[in-house]
Amino acid sequence: MDILHSIFAAPFIDMYSAPDFLLQVLWEGFVSGTLYALLALGFVLIFKASGVFNFAQGIMVVFAALTLVGLHSLGMPAYVALALTIGVMGLLALGVERFIMRKLVNQPDIILFMATIGLTYFLIGLGEFVFGGEPQKMIASELGLPSGSIDFTVGRGVVILEYADIAAAVVAALLVFSLGFFFSKTRIGRALRAVADDHQAALSVGISLNQIWAIVWFASGIVALATGIMWGAKSDVSFALQIIALKALPVLVLGGFTSIPGAIVGGLIIGFGEKIFEIYWGGLMGGGVESWFAYVIALIFLLFRPQGLFGEKIIDRI
Amino acid sequence: MKKLLAIGTAAACLGAVLATSAPAVAEDTFYIPSLSYRTGPFAGGGIPNANGFADYFNMLNERDGGIGGVKVVVEECETGYNSKKGVECYEATKGKGALVYNPLSTGITLQLVPKAPVDKIPVFSSGYGLSATAVGEKFPWGFNYPSTYWSQLTSILKYIDSKGGLKGKKIGYLYLDVGYGKEPIPLLDVLSKKLGFSVTKYPVGVKEMQAQSSHWLKVRKDRPDWIINWGWGAMNSTAVKEAAKIRFPLDRFIGNWWSGTHADLRTVGATGKGYMAANFSGIGASYPALQDVLKYVVNKGKSQVKSKDLVGDVIYNRGVFQAVIIAEAIRSAQKTTGKKVINAEDLRGGFETFDLSEARLKEIGLEGFTQPIKASCKDHEGGGGIYMQQWDGKDWKRVSDMISPMTDIVRPMLEKAAAKYIADKPGWKTQTCK
Repeated sequence: MDILHSIFAAPFIDMYSAPDFLLQVLWEGFVSGTLYALLALGFVLIFKASGVFNFAQGIMVVFAALTLVGLHSLGMPAYVALALTIGVMGLLALGVERFIMRKLVNQPDIILFMATIGLTYFLIGLGEFVFGGEPQKMIASELGLPSGSIDFTVGRGVVILEYADIAAAVVAALLVFSLGFFFSKTRIGRALRAVADDHQAALSVGISLNQIWAIVWFASGIVALATGIMWGAKSDVSFALQIIALKALPVLVLGGFTSIPGAIVGGLIIGFGEKIFEIYWGGLMGGGVESWFAYVIALIFLLFRPQGLFGEKIIDRI
Repeated sequence: MKKLLAIGTAAACLGAVLATSAPAVAEDTFYIPSLSYRTGPFAGGGIPNANGFADYFNMLNERDGGIGGVKVVVEECETGYNSKKGVECYEATKGKGALVYNPLSTGITLQLVPKAPVDKIPVFSSGYGLSATAVGEKFPWGFNYPSTYWSQLTSILKYIDSKGGLKGKKIGYLYLDVGYGKEPIPLLDVLSKKLGFSVTKYPVGVKEMQAQSSHWLKVRKDRPDWIINWGWGAMNSTAVKEAAKIRFPLDRFIGNWWSGTHADLRTVGATGKGYMAANFSGIGASYPALQDVLKYVVNKGKSQVKSKDLVGDVIYNRGVFQAVIIAEAIRSAQKTTGKKVINAEDLRGGFETFDLSEARLKEIGLEGFTQPIKASCKDHEGGGGIYMQQWDGKDWKRVSDMISPMTDIVRPMLEKAAAKYIADKPGWKTQTCK
């Protein structure tokens, strides 16, 4: 009887009796969700263009953030360092297209996947060689990211909204929606979809695979930079940020590997879901459920909707 | 021709790599492998520790011509704080005449503890690893001077007790959810019942190290009176930022001795002002021994530190301290055996006979750096205490005297844990101590 009460009554009583805390949980879920969506977007863009799961997305986050901080430490103003970092990510995109993707056209997906593993270790080595392994401080205030918080009184408690979290959510949302718009409403976006469907068919109608891949890897690099800045400000800039990319996996399964709206909705579902479940039901299982909760949700979706919420259902003729 | 050139170039590169990465181990040197991690998520702590460890031995080589006239060769092997890689490093280096292993990882230590008596090479896990190895009778080859995790935990609890009492208090235990973070939990559970406080645990998975908002929402919900942090790497800076965000009083948030480093708190800055942490070695480079490290090693470009300002950082000094204990054990073994060049088995004896007294600390230029350690056959941790340090927004400052552990409680529990560890290991060799 106690267990039934703990599952079906106590959490809702908690929510009702402490609305300020519930709002705080929802806010934290929203912030996490938008950041997860941003992470997932980096994977989705590359998957759409080449059908490959980009194993290097996590290290691209680290590499972009370290480049930004490293350039600033050389004495460059923050915005110059930011512009140069965007340039470096552009060069990386061109390099990936020229030396990896172009050479692997029409190769099986697993070969492309292996290539991104190789790229990961190349970037780890390069990053450690150039920047070292020590954690660095993200130049959040230099980039104009606000500090401090707004406190709202709700009931008998307060809801704390950090300006940095608000900025992270706004930047993430803007980036997600603008990239979503770019890749769904523009000529390049349509070309991207054509490339995703069939490389050879896209080539036959005059779409430049090389150009599309470079653009997509560059966009993914920008997303990695934004993720590195936002997450680096919450913690520090170190190679540990690479692990953060794993948080995107259940989001991708949930939202679909090929859907930008899926990345947004999936990110928000996982963000809200893991926070609410951890806080109100996690204690029943000894806590720490956040680390697997998202994967369970993803697994359930896989069973009933393998293509994800918004993924394309692909039917192959045999 | 092109192919031949490529093969030649590759062979030359391989040769160059081998030549630089494997120092020649002469018979009249002490070969000490350093299982370090300069890469990966935990490099922030691994780098300064490895630097301090190597620099102290290099200083002895440069200034004194080694230890008792025998030079020390420190060879690093990169583990990435990964137990599997750590064991690979061990297997790759033990045949070169390794004198002792300092794995700098509880996970790796747990793998090496059973290997030590077989290979007859001491495992020195200084302030980490398996706490039960402090029981010398049961673990002749394991040492964790100057203190174990269990002793440290009781010292932290004593500190909390001195600031308003423990009884009836709610203590939060935030920990990295790996072997290291789980190590003191059995003791914490027993002590909570014995001393009358409650414990709420907050495990932080490696994936969540930099995404701790859920953990801190739970802290806000549970409202513990104090939080003890058993974190490592990026987990620490994130935890301090999240604690500040929910306005948890930082002077009631206490890290263990691996959770209070300069690398972690420099990235937090003024936000972390007030955060507390345990420590057992000195802060700063004002000690004569560290001045010698600067003079003979760092200033001559023979160190891997990026800047000489990093000499004296908490974890750099921790690495120095590990090297100091090994050096003292070597000296003691040389004295006991009468041999200039000792082997690993001789060093095991040295680890049970060295005496790092106050006079000796002064003699080696480390007066006040730590509290004295008198090694023994029975007690492989030295019963060391800790002091508390506090982050002032820019630097760590010592804010307490040495706090001794609750030895009367810890020792019987260590003995019980040691007996339990060896119970299912037939053929495990113990020793009898006088």
